[in-house]
Amino acid sequence: MVTLTINGRVVHAEDNEILLAVCKREGIKIPALCHHEAVEPFGACRLCMVEISKEEWGDWRGYVTSCLYPVEQDLIVQTDSPKVIELRKTVLDLLLARCPNSPEIRKLTAEYGVTHTSYEEIPDGDNCILCGLCTRICDTMGFSAISTVGRGHGKEVAPPMKQAPPDCVGCLACAQNCPTNCIEWNDIGDKRTIWGREFELIRCEKCGSTTITREFAEALSKTRDIPIDYFKICDECHRHELSQTMGSIANWEREEAQP
Amino acid sequence: MIKTARQLDKLRKECVAESNKHPKKVMVCCGPGCLANGAQKISDEFRKLLKKKRIRGFSVEAMKETGCHGFCEMGPLVVIEPDQTFYTKVKVKDVEEIIEESIRKKNIIERLLYTDPKTGEKIERYSDIEFYAKQKRIALRNIGHMNQCDIREYIALDGYKALAKSLTKIKPGDVIEEIKKSGLRGRGGAGFPTGRKWAQCAKIDDWPHYVICNGDEGDPGAFMDRVIMEGDPHSVIEGMIIAAYAVGAHEGYVYVREEYPLAVVNVQKAIEQAREYGLLGENILKSGFDFELKVSRGGGAFVCGESSALMRSVAGEVGEPRAKYVRSVVKGLFDKPTVLNNVESYANVPAIIAKGGKWFAGIGTPKSTGTKAFSLVGKVRNGGLIEVPMGTTLREIIYDIGGGILDDRPFKAVQTGGPSGGCLPESKLDLAVDFDTLTEAGSMMGSGGMIVMDDHTCVVDIAKYFLSFLIDESCGKCIPCREGLYQLHALAVAISEGRATEADLDKMEQLSEMIVIGSLCGLGKSGPNPFLSTIKYFREEYLAHIRDKKCPAGVCRALIKYEIIADKCDGCMACISACTQNAITGKKKEVHILDQEKCDKCGACYAVCTRDAIEIT
Repeated sequence: MVTLTINGRVVHAEDNEILLAVCKREGIKIPALCHHEAVEPFGACRLCMVEISKEEWGDWRGYVTSCLYPVEQDLIVQTDSPKVIELRKTVLDLLLARCPNSPEIRKLTAEYGVTHTSYEEIPDGDNCILCGLCTRICDTMGFSAISTVGRGHGKEVAPPMKQAPPDCVGCLACAQNCPTNCIEWNDIGDKRTIWGREFELIRCEKCGSTTITREFAEALSKTRDIPIDYFKICDECHRHELSQTMGSIANWEREEAQP
Repeated sequence: MIKTARQLDKLRKECVAESNKHPKKVMVCCGPGCLANGAQKISDEFRKLLKKKRIRGFSVEAMKETGCHGFCEMGPLVVIEPDQTFYTKVKVKDVEEIIEESIRKKNIIERLLYTDPKTGEKIERYSDIEFYAKQKRIALRNIGHMNQCDIREYIALDGYKALAKSLTKIKPGDVIEEIKKSGLRGRGGAGFPTGRKWAQCAKIDDWPHYVICNGDEGDPGAFMDRVIMEGDPHSVIEGMIIAAYAVGAHEGYVYVREEYPLAVVNVQKAIEQAREYGLLGENILKSGFDFELKVSRGGGAFVCGESSALMRSVAGEVGEPRAKYVRSVVKGLFDKPTVLNNVESYANVPAIIAKGGKWFAGIGTPKSTGTKAFSLVGKVRNGGLIEVPMGTTLREIIYDIGGGILDDRPFKAVQTGGPSGGCLPESKLDLAVDFDTLTEAGSMMGSGGMIVMDDHTCVVDIAKYFLSFLIDESCGKCIPCREGLYQLHALAVAISEGRATEADLDKMEQLSEMIVIGSLCGLGKSGPNPFLSTIKYFREEYLAHIRDKKCPAGVCRALIKYEIIADKCDGCMACISACTQNAITGKKKEVHILDQEKCDKCGACYAVCTRDAIEIT
């Protein structure tokens, strides 16, 4: 157990707990674009940076990403110091130059009073901020179908050789967790298209609505030890079936209880 | 197969005897510079002719293909030992004469000797040349004196003696103490005390431990580590085994960049030789210590020279750095305690163990001990590979060893520390070169690249060049580095094209500060240095671009104009044939006319004019 000070408030935390998690628990809002509790912290967007100091460090101030920094005894943390705000504004200003048309980025920059970028807008920029959430989530799901490709300013997220990814199962975990909603996909009829690959959607044997892709069902069945037949029916109908069973048990119990 | 330290001593005697069989030896430099100038053909010619000719006390084995001798500017180099006869710019047709005159007889071939540019005198022995006289070689001690990558010759030169001493006579903790005593600091550039790093790793109770050698030298113009890996890989291997013994590691990796094909081959070969001789593997010299070493080839990303990115790359992941709030000595390769040192750091280790930490600490300055290898390049007369005691001044390096500026032009700046380093002006020439002094001056030691610039170099152009290098080589993970450096470069381009205002300079300074504090790794944190150090020392030159729309060095194309001075033009037509835009017209022996509309300011006319009739305005 360690004791530290965040924005003047004395706070207790577990040993090696991550600063961002502690702040969140204490109700202190810190912006973050590349952070997701389901995956390892990454430290790429730099928005969650905070200022740290200690009595013994004198006037020295450190700037660290709170998503990665383990708490320490007697640490003094400022989450909104002038330098931290300046840094966040600069990062947001740079992001706005990269993706001026992203509503999600515009909303966040507006919160910090940045409405127009003070830099040169990047020609042909898309809305990807290269936070790496999609690739990390894909890795965590166990598929590793996409990755970041290249380096420097030309880096991008893509499947191998930029062709339809053989390891993708069309689960949409990447697209649904993208902070700027920039991964394109669509469901038309029985077909789902993402990353340039087409998948067949399973139709529920009961209600006829589409559920998940056949590849995703097979992968789940294999890795999570679920019988493949389970996926023949959609979640809604599974729930319905369950409620009916539960209801009939209740009725039976009621009948049993009758004198 | 050597099993004990005594057997190693016995082998050493055999190796020395082998080496002494030929009192006279010919060293053909096969370093990168000499090879590029045809050294391989010279070596082949020696081999061919020596097989044919019979010379008493001399045979083909007495001809060595050595690593880089250092004086690359004068290559291909051929040295005759033990006389130290030093032949420069040797051609294939000179080989026969060298054999007949200098090997069969004792004559010196005047024509091939080095001429001192200051006195005009011919110098016979390399140790009398100022380029060599001021150097002190520890890391490069064997290079140029033996066949590249020959374990027997390495052993003859006291190789693996320090290893035997460590394994049989010193406890791991005392090896670390010796390194601490030496004051050795990381030669990769950051200058972290090596002994302290080893001690931190050794005490972590999480196994296995790993040792890694960083051979991913990526700074433009730097080739110190390349030369060591090519010319004397055994010194690195020996240093690594000693490090592994000290920190309790049994597995190590040498990370070599793929663009150094000869280094990859030679390190691999040296590892196999060491294994064959029993110096790698199980129970080395009966000490009970096991160690295995593998080569890991890097794909050529500059950022993979950053330790955490390098470790991810070794593990087969994307080469991106991670935040080092938990250090590599605690959680490094495969999340295990890891010691990572640079090639040159490891090459110093055997010398320190053999001669003692105190000896090493007596060289250099109190806080930066020992020597440092530099690749001296750019507009300097004697370019090449040098090693000097820490604390040598920039002036001594550039003017004494380097022989001054090419064509006697005025000195403008020297860039140290690679792309993330900085440019220092003439007023800083008397600074002692050590870790702390260079950092205080706004540059850094870096791995040892040193680029000399003359008055024809524009600092805005330099900042632009290094920033564009970093935009491409940033891993692209964090926003301040990836987007910030891109915008910093865009602003530098605006200045070089006369589109910027003074407010843009303030913006660049503010952005730079944010990149420094906001970036994830050392690449980003030092990324704005090419701008910050030039604006610190050359603000006037930036202002000339902004206020007067002029490039004083005559480099930035948008701000210059080439003009023909009628009085000087003799109508030789050289510029007309050099111009690719057909912008110059005129007849023979008549003053030529330059059409500004057509001119793309490539400077070809300026370069070919022998009458100084073309002016940059």
